[in-house]
Amino acid sequence: MTYAQLTDADREAMLETVGVASVEELFQDIPEGVRLGRELDLGDPLSEHEIVARLKELADRNTDTGREISFLGAGIYDHYVTAIVDAILQRGEFLTSYTPYQPELSQGILQALFEYQTVICELTGMDVSNASGYDGTTVAADACYIAKHATGRTKVVVAESLNPQVRQVVRTYAPGFGLQVVDVPHRDGVTDADELRAAAEDAACVIFQQPNFFGCLEPAPELAAAANDAGALAVAHVDPLSLGVLEAPAAYGCAIAIGEGQAAGNPLSFGGPHYGFIAAREEFTRRMPGRIVGETTDVDGERGYVLTLQTREQHIRREKATSNITTNQTLLALGGLIQLCWLGPEGLRELGETCMALAEHAKDRIGLPSAFPEKTTFKEFAIRVGRPAAEAIRDARRRGVNPGYPLGRDYEGMDDVLLVAVTERRSLDDIEELAEVLTA
Amino acid sequence: MKLVFEKSRPGRRAAVLPRPKDMARPEIPEELRRKRPPRLPELPESEIVRHFTELTTRNFGIDTGFYPLGSCTMKYNPRVNERVAALPGFNDLHPLQDEDLTQGALELMHELQEILAEITGLDAVSLQPAAGSQGELTGLMLMRAYFADRGEGDRRRKVVVADTAHGTNPASVTMAGYELVKVDTDARGNIDLDDLRAKVDEETAGLMLTNPSTLGLFDEHIEEIARIFHEVGGLLYYDGANLNAVCGISRPGDMGFDIVHINLHKTFSQPHGGGGPGGGPIAVRSRLEPYLPVPAVVRAGKRFRLEYDRPKSIGKVRGFTGPFGVFVRSYAFILAWGRELKTMSEIAVLNANYLLARLRDAYELPFDRLCMHEFVLSARRLKREHGITALDVAKRLMDYGFHPPTIYFPLIVPEALMIEPTETEVKETLDAFADAMLAIAREAAEDPELLKTAPHNRPVKRLDEVKAAKRAIVRYRFDEHPNLTEEPAEAAAAEAEAPKGV
Repeated sequence: MTYAQLTDADREAMLETVGVASVEELFQDIPEGVRLGRELDLGDPLSEHEIVARLKELADRNTDTGREISFLGAGIYDHYVTAIVDAILQRGEFLTSYTPYQPELSQGILQALFEYQTVICELTGMDVSNASGYDGTTVAADACYIAKHATGRTKVVVAESLNPQVRQVVRTYAPGFGLQVVDVPHRDGVTDADELRAAAEDAACVIFQQPNFFGCLEPAPELAAAANDAGALAVAHVDPLSLGVLEAPAAYGCAIAIGEGQAAGNPLSFGGPHYGFIAAREEFTRRMPGRIVGETTDVDGERGYVLTLQTREQHIRREKATSNITTNQTLLALGGLIQLCWLGPEGLRELGETCMALAEHAKDRIGLPSAFPEKTTFKEFAIRVGRPAAEAIRDARRRGVNPGYPLGRDYEGMDDVLLVAVTERRSLDDIEELAEVLTA
Repeated sequence: MKLVFEKSRPGRRAAVLPRPKDMARPEIPEELRRKRPPRLPELPESEIVRHFTELTTRNFGIDTGFYPLGSCTMKYNPRVNERVAALPGFNDLHPLQDEDLTQGALELMHELQEILAEITGLDAVSLQPAAGSQGELTGLMLMRAYFADRGEGDRRRKVVVADTAHGTNPASVTMAGYELVKVDTDARGNIDLDDLRAKVDEETAGLMLTNPSTLGLFDEHIEEIARIFHEVGGLLYYDGANLNAVCGISRPGDMGFDIVHINLHKTFSQPHGGGGPGGGPIAVRSRLEPYLPVPAVVRAGKRFRLEYDRPKSIGKVRGFTGPFGVFVRSYAFILAWGRELKTMSEIAVLNANYLLARLRDAYELPFDRLCMHEFVLSARRLKREHGITALDVAKRLMDYGFHPPTIYFPLIVPEALMIEPTETEVKETLDAFADAMLAIAREAAEDPELLKTAPHNRPVKRLDEVKAAKRAIVRYRFDEHPNLTEEPAEAAAAEAEAPKGV
């Protein structure tokens, strides 16, 4: 019992104070019929170094991005995370604190979350951000719930070019929300504004992705206008690292901006934990899900921060709450804040330009036909490899290159399409390797 | 303390990025190009580190001190778990990597599933939900799918929730499209069986219950409760927030529950990081397994794989297979205890009962029973006699160096103080906390002003929550930022009696 130290003397003294003869007696309220009555069928307790050995053995059986040249993205990206993120997040005062219910003991987390909310609002152009959602999929369901209550409508429209996992999560949540989900197909890699406008009739919201799942830039202002014309809320799912070069969703008429934060400040970690972000225009402030930090003053007039607008939340409003969320992804969101502070406005722009330029260079070097010709892309692009993409991937891997994601997994008729992601971590030499293995 | 934005100066920066030479600047169509750059702070790396380090000094974690926040199970978070979660084979592993190249990760998840099935006494586990409340919602979605499959979906509209429940339970009921039915608590702190029987019928989908409850009491009639629901074909959902009380002692599956969520950030020591991450795996009986989220992590001989082809599945509730880094930490934590996990719960329960015994005379105990891993006291008498509230007690505890317990929860206990010490505290700490609580009870009589003005040694004093809610300043507005210090304080805080904890 490494993590709990009870000496025999302690136990005796404590039992005496309690007034019982044994620890077993403390469990007297548990009916006999529901007791386990045997030892749990688990292994022997391990020492710290045995735990490390076991976990290392498991970790070694995985091929991480350090062991190959990876162009795999499709929603989760191998961007560099600065060392200061780990240094700060590993400080026990942040790492081991709970939700900041007692503000006088939690000004550190609260101020940091206020700064995080500000950064998300700056990136998206929105007025209010919460303190994070679970990931880039669940914030889409959150947006649907806001839209349902804001419009009283019962349909949501999603672009087919929106990340398939995001669409799946929306579909899972929709029946409970009383919502129908309608897909709008992509046309040559992007969404058609007229088609979207027609589908958006009577819809609570329209969700599209910029850049979309194929890496293509959507005609986002037209799509937002189409949603607005129909009286539906325009929701853009955006890559935070694109927002140094791409327009902010609020600037082209969106009501809500959502996204997966992982690319900004979180490791890949096999899909989580990461943070989702959700930000909205001011009129939706009181419909937002989850924790929001607000500024105030103390009794002496000093500036301070508290969890605020809590009458939206489950612990007060219960069945009438705007969401059931309580635990969110604060620590990961703080990783995002630190990473974005480290980048700064210039760094964020440079990073976007670098990824985009490298991706263009990779397209040229590979020379295979684009799946969606003429479309502008950001850091990811789809190419036709002239045979099943799964085969091309298998062959590339034999040479230590993970060339990307097979779009045929999610889209019919795309078995020969490979989705290639290029982050700033890939060098020109890496790109030469990629071109060579794909065209060999 | 200044905001990071207030320390920013144009032209400063920390990051140096790779800039491949001779590459054309990308062309972005004018209407899609960013016009006004986001006002991210501009600071050198040293100043960023100092800023956030200073913020950490204004925060309190388990590493700082005792944190008996009821129902949150704030136990020590072993550092080795951070070390193993950071192994490159986990940390730098892409979730869409081929199954053949992620066998270690899949094995870890599969093993954790089996461990959680054993601990909960159920048959199948999905690790996907991101937190307890998402586990709840997922569980209710399973109920919907199960009853829809049986042709009972339209009929079974109601879910029963105890009045002691966490707020997440009723909120999840609404989000899942169910109607809430509340059931009362009886004089011993159990569910009121007469009230329950009157409310459960063929239209009931199921029950959501925390056991031990948020009062820290094990429901003595749990077998009868299960019978009442199962007789009408309903399902029982176990809110695992308080699982730390009963590991290896009594399993939810053996109590009659059909669906359970587990809070990995409570019972299994994932650090809560100031609000998250968490993990909310769900365990179910085999008849509910077909409805679990996809992909399922399954074993096929010596290989592990992700199974998507489950036609009855509710779908996905979050990306990929769940918060993997959380699984690594909780798995490592469970390896340390192994088959002796029961000892963890025993010590947690002993610690709670010890504190209860030391405090029961100075504060009121609304339900006079031995407790499980936590207990609820009331500061009602202090309020009546000295005008001292649970909030005042909580704030004064900060002066003594402790994080306060959860207060104003559960809602059925006035001036509630909900105390959960966990198993990782030594007796000396428990004694110091008890001494402080007793001293505060004396101070309430002798010097109530001392409590009313607490805390006295924190970076800020009591904060005006009413002003915060009314003004709703939820982001920095740069040149247009209002100066709240010049605005008068609001009268006594309406939000002050809201639950703080859970």
